[in-house]
Amino acid sequence: MLDTVIHIALFCLALSMIGLIYRVIKGPSIPDRVIALDAIGINLIAIIALISIVLKTNAFLEVILLLGILAFIGTVAFSKYLEKGVIFERERDR
Amino acid sequence: MNEIANYFIAFFILAGAFLSMAATLGVIRLPDVYTRNHAASKAATLGVMSILFGTFLYFYFLEGHFNSRLILGIAFVFMTSPVAGHLISRAAYHTGVEMTDRSVHDALKNAKHMTASKDTE
Repeated sequence: MLDTVIHIALFCLALSMIGLIYRVIKGPSIPDRVIALDAIGINLIAIIALISIVLKTNAFLEVILLLGILAFIGTVAFSKYLEKGVIFERERDR
Repeated sequence: MNEIANYFIAFFILAGAFLSMAATLGVIRLPDVYTRNHAASKAATLGVMSILFGTFLYFYFLEGHFNSRLILGIAFVFMTSPVAGHLISRAAYHTGVEMTDRSVHDALKNAKHMTASKDTE
């Protein structure tokens, strides 16, 4: 039973990633695309968790933390760039 | 014991997959960037947390080891995904992405005007 359930869930996640890729391609503004890419990163975490169940291994569980951190940092950098024009600001008084 | 654990794992994983699909449906169907952000940053977060909790239950009950990285992953996604949604929504507002025509009230309009005048001083 569990095997079937996991394969159904993987199919649902693949469908939802196709929908998010549609939004990345079509999205009328840049923040739309960034939101969709962030959601793709979040979905990849779930896919890796399910694949580590399918393969019955716990070797990929570090990847979950790594992808979470990378998706967050990427979104923060993009939103800072969109808002201020720079990601790393210079020091003012020198 | 393992049979009951099977049903709980299946429930959490299916609920997570359903919530993820609902988030994608919202991202495709909703009219402007703020409502899309609302759908994506809430439903996708809860869906992924549910799937990670199901995976944690699988490794704890069926494989027999307590995996703390999954707990850390749940806590990290719970903390950072709404913050990322807030930041990108604020960046969208300050770069002037339009709201949909059906929205009736913009409570931040005066605040935006004030920050703009402060920048010119």
